[in-house]
Amino acid sequence: MWQPTASRDALLARQRLYQTIRRYFSEQDVTEVETPYLSQASVCDPNIEPMQTLDQRYLHTSPEYAMKRLLCAGYGDIFQIARVFRRGEAGHRHNPEFSMLEWYRVGWDDQRLMQEVAALTRLMLAPGYAQLPVEHLQYAEALSRYAGVNVFTATDSDIAAAGRQLAGQDLQLSRDGWLDIIMSHAVEPALSKDTLVFIDEFPASQAAMAKVTANDSGQPVARRFELYFNGAELANGYYELTDADEQRRRFEAEADGRPLDERLLNALQHGMPACAGVAMGLDRLLMTLLNTDSIADVLAFDWGRA
Amino acid sequence: MLENEPCSIIENEYVKPGKGQAFNRVKLRNLRNGRVVEKTFKSGDSLEGADVMEVDMEYLYTDGEFWHFMATDGSFEQHAASEEALGETIKWLKEQDVYVITLFNGAVLTVAPPNFVELEVTETDPGLKGDTANGGNKPATLSTGAVVKVPLFINIGDKLKVDTRSGEYVSRV
Repeated sequence: MWQPTASRDALLARQRLYQTIRRYFSEQDVTEVETPYLSQASVCDPNIEPMQTLDQRYLHTSPEYAMKRLLCAGYGDIFQIARVFRRGEAGHRHNPEFSMLEWYRVGWDDQRLMQEVAALTRLMLAPGYAQLPVEHLQYAEALSRYAGVNVFTATDSDIAAAGRQLAGQDLQLSRDGWLDIIMSHAVEPALSKDTLVFIDEFPASQAAMAKVTANDSGQPVARRFELYFNGAELANGYYELTDADEQRRRFEAEADGRPLDERLLNALQHGMPACAGVAMGLDRLLMTLLNTDSIADVLAFDWGRA
Repeated sequence: MLENEPCSIIENEYVKPGKGQAFNRVKLRNLRNGRVVEKTFKSGDSLEGADVMEVDMEYLYTDGEFWHFMATDGSFEQHAASEEALGETIKWLKEQDVYVITLFNGAVLTVAPPNFVELEVTETDPGLKGDTANGGNKPATLSTGAVVKVPLFINIGDKLKVDTRSGEYVSRV
């Protein structure tokens, strides 16, 4: 099969989308940057598996680490449109090689960044959706509303029981693993349709690279948010962790034998300005615009024909 | 194989929260009873493959308890199917017709009929002469006991071609 999987119109839609993004950030004085696709250190996230070249370089799974080094160097607000690579992530809505928009705002927090994400997403989806309503939910609210689970009071075995019910069998998962099941099986499909739904205040155990702070009722929560649209996850953002020691502890807990990115840790040691950052899947966005459930429809050649 | 039952996968969706673990949501059809179940697996988990094969076999006879079939590949290998394995196909069994038999560990799991069978009418109201095209139909019982809706001109003793997928009359032969 030599033929493309995307129509010419789909490729044009991508061109228009990138024009919208670049025009927006140019007006906002956010600098477009490019960082290496092949780096010496890899991602530490245990749920993301990088691809490695024969000469011991890793294809980046997101441009996050290198962009944070630019932030530490004092380069200010930056954005990047990059192709990123994740081993094994192949499916109807996943391609192991995909396009990501990532940007950082110096001096902002997650709440302010969510407003910009909503505004830019509305701009990007404007060709398909006239006026998109925005909805904000906290993680705990979403779980109690759509899965009947109180994440603050539920014990590990309560969570596991709810997860087992949804999975149809016992998968021997950790608390966070079962929470992922509840999120993907019960919450995501039930979120309001044709609405930009932001979920924030994730459990502290799912902070990844976000700050952990106390919420209004004194519970520690991650200052992390996700944007969902019609059942698909479009973006993930943080009020960024800037503490180098805390970052090293999280890396060490999750590295699982992979080398730590000492250059990033050195940069954080030097000092990262308070900032918020977000990554958005552009192929998903195009799928939404073109009203398709198959990622192959927005890629010139999908994984199978690459 | 799922919980010792042979299944076929009819849908497999990869689910991956951005920062979470990867799963596969799988829809499986139990090959024995046709029931569909939905299960989630951790991505990368594996299941034992079921030793299932499909063979063409000719229907020979029934002894009242089992229905006997013989392979058409020249091996003359014979297998007996239970009433449970036959399921709905029992309505379309005709000697010397060829059926697709699914074998699981050497035993008959299911029997699928050909898309069309020709069967004789054993019972129906008298035919109406001249009414060959206009609508209107009546029930007719076939030699296997199956009941199908037929046009009014059909008589007892007529041979009919029936579509086994829909259970509908196709033509008189």
